[in-house]
Amino acid sequence: MAASTAAVAETQPEVLLAGHGITKHFGSVVANDDVSVELRPGRILALLGENGAGKSTLVNVLFGLHRPDAGQVVIADEQVELSSPHDAIARGVGMVHQHFQLVPPMSVVRNIVLGAEPRKLGMIDVAQARRRVLELADRFGLHVDPDAAVEDLPVGAQQRVEILKALYRDARVLIADEPTAVLTPQETDHLLDVLRGLTDQGVGIVFITHKLREVMAAADDIVVLREGKVVGTTTPAETSEAALAELMVGRAVDLHGDRFESGATGVGSAAPVEIAPDDPAPVPETTSAEDSGQPVVLDIAGLCADDDRGQRAVDELTLAVRAGEIVGVAGVEGNGQRELVEAITGLRHATAGNVSISDRDASGARPRQVTVIGVGHIPEDRAKHGLIGSYSVADNSVLNRYFKRPFAAGGMLRRDRIDSHARDVVATFDVRTPDVESPADSLSGGNKQKLIVGREFSDEIDLLIAAQPTRGIDIGAIEFIWRRIRERRDEGTAVLLVSAELDEVLALSDRVAVMYEGRIVATVDPRTATREEIGLLMAGAAAGVGS
Amino acid sequence: MASVVLGLVLGAVLIAVQGHSVSSAYSALVLGGAGDADALLRTLQKATPLVFGGLAVAFAFKAGLFNIGGQGQLLVGAAFAAGVGFGLEGLPLVVHLPLALLVGAAAGAAWGAIAGVLKATSGAHEVIVTIMLNFVAGNLTDWLAANPWQDRSGSNIIARTPLVQPSAEIPTWGWLPAGFVLAVIAAFACWFILERTTYGFEVRSVGANRHAARYAGISVGWIMASTMAVAGLLAGLGGAIESLGVDGRFEAGVNVGLGFEGITIALLARTNPIAVIPAGLLVGLMEAGAAKMQFESGVAPEIIDVIQALILLFVAAPLIVRWLLRLRDRPDAPDRRLTLGAGWGR
Repeated sequence: MAASTAAVAETQPEVLLAGHGITKHFGSVVANDDVSVELRPGRILALLGENGAGKSTLVNVLFGLHRPDAGQVVIADEQVELSSPHDAIARGVGMVHQHFQLVPPMSVVRNIVLGAEPRKLGMIDVAQARRRVLELADRFGLHVDPDAAVEDLPVGAQQRVEILKALYRDARVLIADEPTAVLTPQETDHLLDVLRGLTDQGVGIVFITHKLREVMAAADDIVVLREGKVVGTTTPAETSEAALAELMVGRAVDLHGDRFESGATGVGSAAPVEIAPDDPAPVPETTSAEDSGQPVVLDIAGLCADDDRGQRAVDELTLAVRAGEIVGVAGVEGNGQRELVEAITGLRHATAGNVSISDRDASGARPRQVTVIGVGHIPEDRAKHGLIGSYSVADNSVLNRYFKRPFAAGGMLRRDRIDSHARDVVATFDVRTPDVESPADSLSGGNKQKLIVGREFSDEIDLLIAAQPTRGIDIGAIEFIWRRIRERRDEGTAVLLVSAELDEVLALSDRVAVMYEGRIVATVDPRTATREEIGLLMAGAAAGVGS
Repeated sequence: MASVVLGLVLGAVLIAVQGHSVSSAYSALVLGGAGDADALLRTLQKATPLVFGGLAVAFAFKAGLFNIGGQGQLLVGAAFAAGVGFGLEGLPLVVHLPLALLVGAAAGAAWGAIAGVLKATSGAHEVIVTIMLNFVAGNLTDWLAANPWQDRSGSNIIARTPLVQPSAEIPTWGWLPAGFVLAVIAAFACWFILERTTYGFEVRSVGANRHAARYAGISVGWIMASTMAVAGLLAGLGGAIESLGVDGRFEAGVNVGLGFEGITIALLARTNPIAVIPAGLLVGLMEAGAAKMQFESGVAPEIIDVIQALILLFVAAPLIVRWLLRLRDRPDAPDRRLTLGAGWGR
């Protein structure tokens, strides 16, 4: 530990970090399937892939968090068995997690030395710690106030503390898990400079991202993962953003490709084909809100909202949804979709802009007001927002409508009406539960989601906001919920669909709005646009290239 | 219930170890608490503030708030009810008594609301705020009893108010104090509000899942503030009944500790408002019978505190109970074990 500053300048191994034939299963899911990657000194290896492609699993194996079912991990030319991250850290592998592992009220210096403090007479030698931190910061150009409390620092600076923490422990390999996800564009540029500076001193970097622009700007080697497999190994000089997007999103190989290729149908062959709206009159040109004759139900103009960290997440976003259409918001998660939905539904304060729903001003409306205007909201996180787990199915079936007639009169709940309503929802939406008095927590994920959908659909609504409506549920429930959403659309409800699953967006939407860094960067017709085009837009090609 | 039995069993062991007769001690305890009309009256009088204090904790807990401020809320309720009780003259009972109760309840509600409003607006933790407010209430009421409201008759130097007017006294019907009737009504009212009204739905929603409550359009801040006010109202009413029905006045230092016992009661009742009644009665009976137990069997009355503490320990630590019971229980009693394992709160 004491000789940290000299470490990186020693004789370099040929391969800093490698995985050979890594295979990892989680239950029946194959997260990594015979994956091989290799990192050499002074290089930046970018791991590129969609959500769920297996990037995180791979680095977790390399960092000792998971044990591979098959394959070998090599650190500094030496095959190793990692039983915990400590083994990896001891061998000079550092990880910068997406969620920082810092103690917010403590100073930068104390955070960096935490667990490896220089000691003098049994006490922390603060002076020496501070000196060494400053030395490291100076050498790698990671400037940060050593005495500031971490909680007072901006996100970018906190990340520099994380990097310093790894370097302080003599890291020669730095694994950065989506390091730019939380950063502003300026901070991102600065980070890429810092990483480049580290490689100049012989450090190797594994850089996980799904942003093409960053890969092209910073990487030396690129490995593209899809569905747990390596589908491409290349370098920025040999490839283009478009080619990477194609690799990343995949084409015929895609599991759900048939769904897309055959145009918005159900899942698999068992699904009743629900293409009624497209079939009789194919409505070819619904690429902009002005085209159909239907009234605009949801009108968003110049909407801005901050995320939980106070960074702008929705940036002067403008979007309209007409009656009888599904507008799907496609985008890599973390580009402001959650904040957009919360700002519309009143769960988050909008810092600027206007929202109008059914010609009524809903800017700054409270959740209750939004409900009363006639908005159904399938929330992204069903456990957090959608249901009260300890409440019965019956109570949950009126969770945001309990105050309305016929469920309440004169401030009293009318149990009989609530129960009969719940039985209706359970029957109509095929919620598998022994009875309506069972707690919602006893239901499976799919049944919970059907309960939420049933609740939101059982009231008169003009607008449905569906955020990740089928996340983590089984295929039968997905198909069921899709069918219900289409039925609603056909009855004239305006639907705003937000989903991280491009397949879902493509299967359901009449128009696809691609969201990138808080803005709608393009609106495309799902029947004519290709997955590659949309994937490229999602990865920020329109913003980055300036098209 | 199992916790109560375990507590009594361990208490019996302690009594036996001291060389006393368990059966005579416990029978004296029961006789002292329920053996005759006087004993019953004592028990019910003891139980009344316990039930109110228990409700004050249980109700707040339904909104996910831990009200440690029952003591302070009870004190201001007791002091202000006494103030109205002795200060106003010439009113008929039907006006004076309800007015005194109302003022006591309102004082408690205001005291509770301070913590609720602070929690809702600034996020100040209700546990810290209510604990601090207990001290403020204690000193405020001490000052009231020692200065502006002090009984100046004769040579009184005790920090206490004059006796309340007869028109503000809570009646007692034989062994049944009217205050206890109010406590029972309050418990059922709490249950009704929580289970049957939209307001109760909102309170429980905030307690069960604050995020989902917000999604459901419930104003979380309002619920927190109002729930603490209701909790304070209940404790304040308990204090008012103590002044108007038992002590006949407010005296500094007399009611100290009563408010804290509400936490015990709420825990015993697992925050179920109806169960607060038997929990209050049980503790009330033990406290009422302790003197007779000491007199007849020589057991120190502090054993009652030990038994209470043991019962509480078993309630709060269901794992211990489960482990103890598993030794005796049939292995195929999953329901019972589940209930015991559910513990207090979430």
